[in-house]
Amino acid sequence: MIDVLDTIERWRGEGQRVAVATVVAVEQSAPRDPGATMAVNERGDVTGSVSGGCVESAVYEEAQDAIASGRPRLVTYGISDADAISVGLTCGGTIHVFVERLDW
Amino acid sequence: MTLFERLAEALHADAPVALVTRLDGARAGAKLLVTEAEAHGDLGTPGLNHAAAGEARALLAVGENAIRTFGEDGEPVGVEVRLFIAAYAPKPDMYVFGAIDFSRAMARIGKYLGYMVTVIDARPVFATKQRIPDADQVIVAWPDEFLAKAPVDARTALIILTHDVKFDIPVLQAALRTNAGYIGAMGSRRTHANRVDELRRIGISDADLARISAPIGLDIGARTPEETAISIAAEIIALRENRRGARLSEGTLPVHNDRAAVAAP
Repeated sequence: MIDVLDTIERWRGEGQRVAVATVVAVEQSAPRDPGATMAVNERGDVTGSVSGGCVESAVYEEAQDAIASGRPRLVTYGISDADAISVGLTCGGTIHVFVERLDW
Repeated sequence: MTLFERLAEALHADAPVALVTRLDGARAGAKLLVTEAEAHGDLGTPGLNHAAAGEARALLAVGENAIRTFGEDGEPVGVEVRLFIAAYAPKPDMYVFGAIDFSRAMARIGKYLGYMVTVIDARPVFATKQRIPDADQVIVAWPDEFLAKAPVDARTALIILTHDVKFDIPVLQAALRTNAGYIGAMGSRRTHANRVDELRRIGISDADLARISAPIGLDIGARTPEETAISIAAEIIALRENRRGARLSEGTLPVHNDRAAVAAP
């Protein structure tokens, strides 16, 4: 969160709605640890990351949906996932990401 | 004041703060912001808030993020509610003893890794912010006297670059009385052999001597202050992760350690 804090504050100052995606758990070998955060605004700007770049585009879609719907969700990406081929982590492992609109 | 504003204020001040997020059910996304003295927000029930605040403060003490499960009213054996606790502990301390060229490079990489870097030297002419611009603080003090009073915990790195037996022995003695996660001392193998003789003579045990990383750093052939700082930084990380520091291309272990919770940085 610390690495994306200034950008989120700036977006909120501009009146942008923001979604944050946070790694809450990892299994086996994963590129980012729990707590890694990526944030997206309604304009489509992105800051931070939740993996080595392999699942960011999928998380981006979830974040846009969370901004629009206000509905939080817990999503899982990894080698055991059906989407493994499209968004699989390059280093193996599984990550669990909580995506929510920042309305707190 | 929103929870996010409270969180941002604490993070900017480098004050300990934890953010608890409920992951499941109709109340997914519910939040509790926990500081040492207060808690704001609501996870669902007073019992759950109380249990979560206690767990968050425990994680703050070690700087770890983790998922914890509770019952709906905070029962510790419950499994109904999963909470993600992001614990933002203040930066760990890196104390660099000796204000030399190597200290300047070490301060720079220490900052880069997220440490609060303090450089300590007894000589006022050398212990200046101009010489070590990246350090958070440059303090004129005798290293052992400084260390006797400074806060140290398991995340603290002690880097002894004084390189002079009259400073080294007292500061190593003081360092071994702490539970610092890393104690490194610069000097050649012969210098360190002399230090070990002297430390043994004053009653330091072999177990304590084994805590000292000397010669300091990983074996990467570092020559310049910058290269040496990288070698020391890599050793700090490798020791924390219980790794050998060899080439990944020549190994078979997973690239990252498997762990549910993680210490930072």
